[in-house]
Amino acid sequence: MKTQLKHVFHIHNRLGFGINYIEAKELQQVPLNKIINTLITESSIGQYITSIKKDEIPSKKEATQDGISKKDFNKLINDKLDDLNLSWIKMLLTTKNVLLEKQTLFWHNHFACRVRNPYFMQELNNTHRKFAFGSFRDLLIEVSKSPAMITYLNNLQNKKEHPNENFAREVMELFTLGRGNYTEQDIKEAARAFTGWSIDKDTQEFIFREKIHDNESKTIFGQTGNFKGEDVINMIISNKKTAYYIARKMYKYYVNELVNEKRVNELADFYYQNQYNTGALLKKIISSPWFFDDENIGSNIKSPIEYIVNISRTFNIKFNKENVLINLQRNLGMFLFNPPNVAGWPGGKNFIDSSTLLLRMKLPSLVLNNGIMETDKETDDPDGPGNGKPTENKKFETEVVWSKILEEHKELELEQLMQCLLAKMPTPSVIQKIKQNEKINTKEAMIKIVSLPEYSLV
Amino acid sequence: MKRRDFIKTTSLASASLLIPDFLKALGNTKPALNEKKLVVIQLSGGNDWLNTFIPYTNDTYYKLRKKIAIDKNNLTPLDNTLAINNSLISLKPFFDSGEMSVVNAVGYPNPDRSHFRSMDIWHTASKSNEIITTGWLGQFLDANCTSSREAIEVDDYLSLALKGEKYKGLAFKNLDQLYKEVNTPFFNDIVSANSMLNEGNQGYLYKTLIDAESNIKYIYEKNKVIQNNANYPNNNFAKQLKNIASLIQSNIDTKIYYISIAGFDTHVQQLNNHNKLLQNYAESVSAFINDLKQNNLFNNTLIFTFSEFGRRVEENASQGTDHGTAGNVILFSGALKQKGLLNTLPSLTDLDNGDLKFSIDFRSIYKNILQNWLQTTKEIIGDRSIKTFEIV
Repeated sequence: MKTQLKHVFHIHNRLGFGINYIEAKELQQVPLNKIINTLITESSIGQYITSIKKDEIPSKKEATQDGISKKDFNKLINDKLDDLNLSWIKMLLTTKNVLLEKQTLFWHNHFACRVRNPYFMQELNNTHRKFAFGSFRDLLIEVSKSPAMITYLNNLQNKKEHPNENFAREVMELFTLGRGNYTEQDIKEAARAFTGWSIDKDTQEFIFREKIHDNESKTIFGQTGNFKGEDVINMIISNKKTAYYIARKMYKYYVNELVNEKRVNELADFYYQNQYNTGALLKKIISSPWFFDDENIGSNIKSPIEYIVNISRTFNIKFNKENVLINLQRNLGMFLFNPPNVAGWPGGKNFIDSSTLLLRMKLPSLVLNNGIMETDKETDDPDGPGNGKPTENKKFETEVVWSKILEEHKELELEQLMQCLLAKMPTPSVIQKIKQNEKINTKEAMIKIVSLPEYSLV
Repeated sequence: MKRRDFIKTTSLASASLLIPDFLKALGNTKPALNEKKLVVIQLSGGNDWLNTFIPYTNDTYYKLRKKIAIDKNNLTPLDNTLAINNSLISLKPFFDSGEMSVVNAVGYPNPDRSHFRSMDIWHTASKSNEIITTGWLGQFLDANCTSSREAIEVDDYLSLALKGEKYKGLAFKNLDQLYKEVNTPFFNDIVSANSMLNEGNQGYLYKTLIDAESNIKYIYEKNKVIQNNANYPNNNFAKQLKNIASLIQSNIDTKIYYISIAGFDTHVQQLNNHNKLLQNYAESVSAFINDLKQNNLFNNTLIFTFSEFGRRVEENASQGTDHGTAGNVILFSGALKQKGLLNTLPSLTDLDNGDLKFSIDFRSIYKNILQNWLQTTKEIIGDRSIKTFEIV
């Protein structure tokens, strides 16, 4: 059975980062469930990011002992963080395991973290990838024990004598139960259970420090016992609110930012019954008939990462300057590994204000036509030198093989081009305006189409 | 919002959008010049306030800052406890004439020493363990304004402080260039073609676009007739303040202007660098104030300066200072109710992990600005236990 072209695009827009017309045309001959299965199979294996080696990141103390100045140390960390960022964004631009990366991106935002240790950040990212479609409980345990999260949420300072509640609070509020499903008392007591979860200075791995762990009885969620961190996580997992919280977020990410409560409740039940198997939840979502409802196509706003990866993959853009990839993320408002806070990027409409929208509408003529954009040379990294320098024009230095693209799209009329490039069609009057321009050739038309506000929809 | 309400509001909005805004504005008799303006200046990186306003009679200061203290030849006393760094001497006349206020020991409970987290807290007026996704001025836009142009940031990208739920401020560095960008046939085509705005994200995108386009054109038209010949120092920050002065003169209905200067993260060899930054700030602000005064606008303008935190009391081993907690805020206006030094200095010995303890919550100053200057009745600072700190 043939698959509708529209549905081929939708599947790849949502479970991946879009595809071009030629790929879509081929997939039209394949039944829908087979397209989905292929995506899932291709994402059952993946590659880890390995660009940062553990021993190349000295601690601040080691750096001081080795006579490395603060300035040089900060520069080393900044450079390595950029390397890490580039490794991932480049992987996103080329990987075949798109669904795996899409889900890793979901966890990257869900378990938002930002510490100035590139190795810790890399390992957390690999954990998100490793458990992307596995059990959420396993993922939660691994994330909670990751040196990145332990550092970020102050569990190093969480000791028997002086409990630090930061991790206990965020794990309930943002990672699992959601606001309103725990008490302040639960947080205080849970913090005590997490005392002693720390990092071994030599191995740079998780270590449980018995000595600073509070071994007294705690009362959490109405239960009393001498609980350890794992016990708290098990209690959180056995609460169905956690399944609801994750299922709701998955629905918003894969289906529609506007939530249908009935469906989310069904998904939450399913997730809970299936022991929080995220892969099973995702299969359930995409095999539901409403996944392809018109109201769920083109309903969401592309995140800046989706925007960048999508346009780059569709036009096979080659970036000759790595800095361009970094600046694009910063300027569009989603710099991987640098979430605004522990709640992650708020997403959706929050990505769009007049500046970011105008930039999105201007970018196609720049990246597809090797244009120039004025950018600030100054670094906005708070730990960098940050001295304001005058702005300068920067060439994008991107390469696009237009002859190939034009050959591939030669049979398409303007409206068909729109159907390939946009998840939602503009109003007839906008289409009319673009059509009116008789001189327009296919290249210009394609650049115009992806400059439309609709190109920000997915 | 219910669907019906939405249709009501969007149809209203789109009907008014059909009239180009600059035409609307020409017929607008609202005396915007008499409206109160707020100019926020952000010192990014964590300003070392102890070297900005110096507790020059306190030996502890000199003991803890053997290498980087401001020596007594390079400061000018404001009273018998606090002196101003001579790099800021161009601001002293405003202090003397009651047009400058300095608040000491401003901060918040459980301070966060991370730049971006602490900046978030200042931008959203949240508690330190609370995440809010809209800014304090963005929330003001939502509550009191009808257009994103009522808050302008002089930067390429918009800060969280100016992002509301409904309205997000307008950010631009170069108005002429932006005008050129939205004045292309392509832009004009899609803006004029799209009268149908649906309630989903597609409608939101077009609404943002149409709003941006009409606001930019309105501001450009109003601003292009302004000739600002005032003298400013030759640096970027001063140039941008000059642009703000022109925008205020152009009688647009913008209430809030927002601008940042970077470079205050002075971990290393800070003395000369920091003094240069301060001098740059002071001379530019001084020129700005004189320009506003020339045009009789200073009584209607409040300039508010803050940084995400102050720095550690004791200098570090690299002749710099590390991230700290409480600091000062500075306010300038011809209409200050409380002038000069408004409260006592923080102790340099009773510290919180080596850092100053705050005595004034920054949100109590926001509250004063929001209620008395921007005149909103909406309770934007959620925490009711925060009392207003009276300045304007």
